[in-house]
Amino acid sequence: MLSPEIYALLFKALLDTLQMVAVSGLLGTALGLPIGVLLAVTGRGELLQNLTFNRVVGAVVNMTRSTPFIILVVAIIPFTRLVAGTSIGTTAAIVPLTVAAVPFIARIVEGAVREVDRGLIEAAQAMGATPFQIIVKVLLPEAMPAIALGLTLSVVSLIGYSAMVGAVGGGGLGDLGIRYGYQRFLPEVMLAVVVVLIVLVQIVQSTGDWIARRVNKRNLKS
Amino acid sequence: MITFEQLQKTYPARGTGAPVQALADIDLTVERGEIYGIIGRSGAGKSTLLRTVNLLEKPTSGRVLVDGVDMTSLSARELREARHSIGMIFQHFNLLSSRTVFDNVALPLELAGVGRAQIREAVEPLLDLVGLTDKRDRYPAELSGGQKQRVGIARALASKPKVLLSDEATSALDPETTTQILHLLADINKRLGLTIVLITHEIAVIKEICHKVAVMEGGRIIEQGPVFDVFAHPKHPTTHTFVDPVINRGIPDALRGRLSATEVPGSNMVLRITFTGERATSPVISAISRKMNLDLNIWHGQIDEIQGAPFGTLVVEAIGNPQSIEAAISLLKVNKLGVEVLGYAVPGNLRAAV
Repeated sequence: MLSPEIYALLFKALLDTLQMVAVSGLLGTALGLPIGVLLAVTGRGELLQNLTFNRVVGAVVNMTRSTPFIILVVAIIPFTRLVAGTSIGTTAAIVPLTVAAVPFIARIVEGAVREVDRGLIEAAQAMGATPFQIIVKVLLPEAMPAIALGLTLSVVSLIGYSAMVGAVGGGGLGDLGIRYGYQRFLPEVMLAVVVVLIVLVQIVQSTGDWIARRVNKRNLKS
Repeated sequence: MITFEQLQKTYPARGTGAPVQALADIDLTVERGEIYGIIGRSGAGKSTLLRTVNLLEKPTSGRVLVDGVDMTSLSARELREARHSIGMIFQHFNLLSSRTVFDNVALPLELAGVGRAQIREAVEPLLDLVGLTDKRDRYPAELSGGQKQRVGIARALASKPKVLLSDEATSALDPETTTQILHLLADINKRLGLTIVLITHEIAVIKEICHKVAVMEGGRIIEQGPVFDVFAHPKHPTTHTFVDPVINRGIPDALRGRLSATEVPGSNMVLRITFTGERATSPVISAISRKMNLDLNIWHGQIDEIQGAPFGTLVVEAIGNPQSIEAAISLLKVNKLGVEVLGYAVPGNLRAAV
């Protein structure tokens, strides 16, 4: 029912989406993870309490998170141009996706790290651990199941966002759906895009759940 | 080994409330190789006191000396170094759920930068010591409470500490497991000569393994000394509430009703005789009964063991003439037994008159 040309377009769009999500997800994690850890450990009564840092970074994170994504994409076009050299296309779309992913992931990591039992921090301190050792050897490994689930959620959100950048010329499945499905009124293309997205999200979620289960040693049966 | 000097800890006021004095005028010395127990109700300050030893709690004033080093004077780096020689175990074990038994025990060594091969060399004997060699690759979630605390003990011993701090280590365990863990601690104390400071709210723990005890209330130490002495002669009312149930110096209720505080015609003196140490085993009672021509009606008695020394109390009604009873009391005192007049036993047919 779909022509070979459409299949080729669909395949290309899928690759674009995968590229956008993968790169922005990796960059978002690389930046969001340390920011999230810092937010968690600089809070009141925490390991490296620093309320000024915590409030400033927290405010920036909140600002980005409260801006609707489609507005964010448009608002940071000058920044996108600066980084990617252009504001149109798949590469350019990675910039706003990353900008949105960083605070999202930071908050998720912050929550996961805060959930770690304070007794473990105390035990590590009693062993003479440095704050850095506590973060690397205690907080991150213990928070890993929650972080894995949180990152899965982030990737799923990024898939959704990546479809949105299609509306402003970002490429990928969203772009295909808008241009062919909506503007040229080809409902079967729209349907195909939706099905591919559903399958993609399903695969990501299942993989994330599996990883989270693997790293979680808390519910083992004796 | 550990000396607290004029230690104070005050938490600043929150909101409109007054500052909270968590520790006041703490002076205490723990000798090398001792098992020192600190007992108190929750909120008495015992946990805060224990945490000042490795400075998890920073005292407001006063000093804590561990092996001659004033912990409060150390820099952050020196403090971390000092903490390597102070092991600690916890009520809720505080094991890393993401690490196996082996890796949990290895953690303090990893933190100290010890090499992989040396870690293996150090951890394996420890797993053997706590009897968990077959569980080395298991995760904490797969272990029972007692096994988890064994891992905690092995981990605390990994950096070869001079002092072991035990924060209610058996409070989350069932009685049988508690006994096993306490015996393990006593064994480690004997074998390694390790100084142990433990806090607990259970007097049974003190009775089982401690050499000395301090009783805390309201941030102060209200009584301290060798466990035997404190158990045999508790002075403070709070100490009584801890010690009395296990020592059972009380009188059964049925007999209490027959006791009058003052002498009434036809009543007999009721004495509590306390035996301590080797006196608990010599046949003083029958000797007195024979010599003084007294009948001793035994109301209640108990012989117990504290720190391997026998300890007993006997409540008797002395039936005989007053002079013989007086003589008997002085003879008991000469024999270094504790004697206390509890009151006078009113004969059954006169009870209505009292």
